[in-house]
Amino acid sequence: MTGSEAMAKCLEMEKVEVVYGYPGVAIANFFDSLGATGIRQVLVRTEQNAGHMASGYARTLGRVGVCAVTSGPGALNLVTGIATAYADSIPLVCISGQVDSDLIGSDGFQEADVTGACESIVKYSYLIKNVNDIPRVFREAFYIANTGRRGPVLIDVPIDVQRAEIKSFEYPAEVSLRTYKPTVKGHIQQIKKAMSELKRAKRPLICAGGGIFLSGAKKELRSFAEQHKIPVVHTMMGIGVLPTDHELNFGMVGNNGGMAANKAMQECDMLIMVGARVADRAVANPDTILENKVLVHMDVDPAEIGKNVGPTIPIVGDAKHIFEDASELEISIDTSAWLGHLREYRKLPNPLKFSDKAVNPAVFIALLSQNMADRSTYVADVGQNQIWSCRNVNVRDGGRFFTSGGMGTMGYAIPCAIGAKMADETRQVVAVCGDGGFQMSMMEFATMKEENVSIKVVVLRNNFLGLVREYQHYSLNDRYEMVRLGSYPKLEDLANAYDISYFRASNMEGLDDLIRQFLDEDGASLMEVIVDPADTVK
Amino acid sequence: MQSKVFQLLVDNTSGVLSRISGLFSRRSYNIESITAGTTSDPRYTRITIVATGDDEILEQIEKQVRKLTDVRSIKELKPENSVYRELCMIKVETEDADHRVQIASVVDMFRAKVIDVSDESLMVEIVGNTQKVDAFIKMMESYKILEIARTGIAGLSRGKDEIVVLP
Repeated sequence: MTGSEAMAKCLEMEKVEVVYGYPGVAIANFFDSLGATGIRQVLVRTEQNAGHMASGYARTLGRVGVCAVTSGPGALNLVTGIATAYADSIPLVCISGQVDSDLIGSDGFQEADVTGACESIVKYSYLIKNVNDIPRVFREAFYIANTGRRGPVLIDVPIDVQRAEIKSFEYPAEVSLRTYKPTVKGHIQQIKKAMSELKRAKRPLICAGGGIFLSGAKKELRSFAEQHKIPVVHTMMGIGVLPTDHELNFGMVGNNGGMAANKAMQECDMLIMVGARVADRAVANPDTILENKVLVHMDVDPAEIGKNVGPTIPIVGDAKHIFEDASELEISIDTSAWLGHLREYRKLPNPLKFSDKAVNPAVFIALLSQNMADRSTYVADVGQNQIWSCRNVNVRDGGRFFTSGGMGTMGYAIPCAIGAKMADETRQVVAVCGDGGFQMSMMEFATMKEENVSIKVVVLRNNFLGLVREYQHYSLNDRYEMVRLGSYPKLEDLANAYDISYFRASNMEGLDDLIRQFLDEDGASLMEVIVDPADTVK
Repeated sequence: MQSKVFQLLVDNTSGVLSRISGLFSRRSYNIESITAGTTSDPRYTRITIVATGDDEILEQIEKQVRKLTDVRSIKELKPENSVYRELCMIKVETEDADHRVQIASVVDMFRAKVIDVSDESLMVEIVGNTQKVDAFIKMMESYKILEIARTGIAGLSRGKDEIVVLP
């Protein structure tokens, strides 16, 4: 058995269903061996998108997404994909080919120090120098990627190692890593302490982040919140922890969040942060968050606790287990006055005005998401489209919302949506982009067509890089440098080139019907939605 | 395979040590030990690296390290005209007073020093070149060694030759 056959065998042992990638000589042997296993291979159009597709796949199923690329430029093109996954704690195993072991360090053709380049954006990385290490390294990589705080793991495999004969293939049943032992179960004393604080609280609040999805704790969070009638707010990564219309869901926090959620954060006397980083976008002044309140911070990553704000009660562990343990401790609290108070904030009108010359993006997104099927997935790109989406999307029970929250990587939506669709063909998947992010990822229409997966793509078109334009409007005296995208490409022609149905909305008339046609279309469809460049998110 | 001792003078910038160790890992060079500390001028850091490899690799190491922006100078500290020193601390288990005396006599022989004593253990420090430290550890192995901490070597060339004058 060769090294590359062993690599393919490892993926079989991990029950990998699909590998996204792009070949080159340094990884061709691996793909050759992978072909013999029957694992689906998806040829992307640029390596970065292999990472994003694997990410969409991983987020949909809660399993490790796998991508494989060649050495040097191939691997370096994947760097942004890896960083995007790292910032959102998405479990990936990224395999890169490497030049011959003897050539490493000689600046050989297509050689780059990929493990070095990715050092600060991977959870762990390996450069395999001995073919016999392959089974152990792969076993560890999958384990590290999908335990504790999830994240990408990189495996760099020189071409001679892929070609070498392995002595014997034994896939380790157990992983023994002396230095890596994530805490899963929360300390019961800490949980008890938190619960006795909760008993005293008058205005408790849960702030949930993306960690809820990563730990599979959606059900547990919901039943805990419902049991004690605790209002819930969420971060951008936490959109969908509760359905948008759930009576306890008060929306997204942060400088792009809603009034009700931010007021709730300020006024609560007990805040339970769970699976959230207290990051700069979510909490502008972490120092003031502690005023007049008890903070319980639950996270599987102890380094997150106290990184931005020092909690009163830290609980290290997996959210699912912590909520399970917590709901066994019986307490009763009355939050009806607090909930009534927060409901008043919901009634406040949104001060944001939109142009009536084109489509109102806020209304459009609300209509779009209301018309989407049950259990559908909405993927937002980055820019104004992302903020409008976060504020106006309606996620129903079983629905999902994905976006590149931490890294803010433009061009994430389309490849992520393709990966999400491949992970679960029964789900309707809609990607919403601006015209900037769209043009960074539109080459993947070819992948989508060749692979026979159908997603719905919306382009909110204003011919500008809107979020930067908005910044220039507010902070740089309307000097619109470097933000004019202009009117190319013509999206109808582009849709034709890929045999995709095309829809266009230039005003509000008949919008609801048009959205339904667009969503009901068999196969992939593209909808161009004309937005006034003067529309803003603030 | 042979080893060489390199003495570097580098700008004391943030991340300089990781740039240098990163160069070694990226090019698959082997480091046996690396020590760093400030010099008489706080703008500079002195780094002593013991590296192993064949002649070609060792020559490449010198050239590649010299190329790094932060590196002011690199030179080989040849054994015949340099002095190397390494500090090593060893903690050994002791059973009774006799046992302690026994160990203390070996310590004296090597001109090492007992620096901490407890009921059940003894901590010894030894300063010397690598061979001397190795030999001492070998002697200590006949007792039960609990812990060892070695600094890796620091070195300077003899006499006034090849001193890099700092501006």
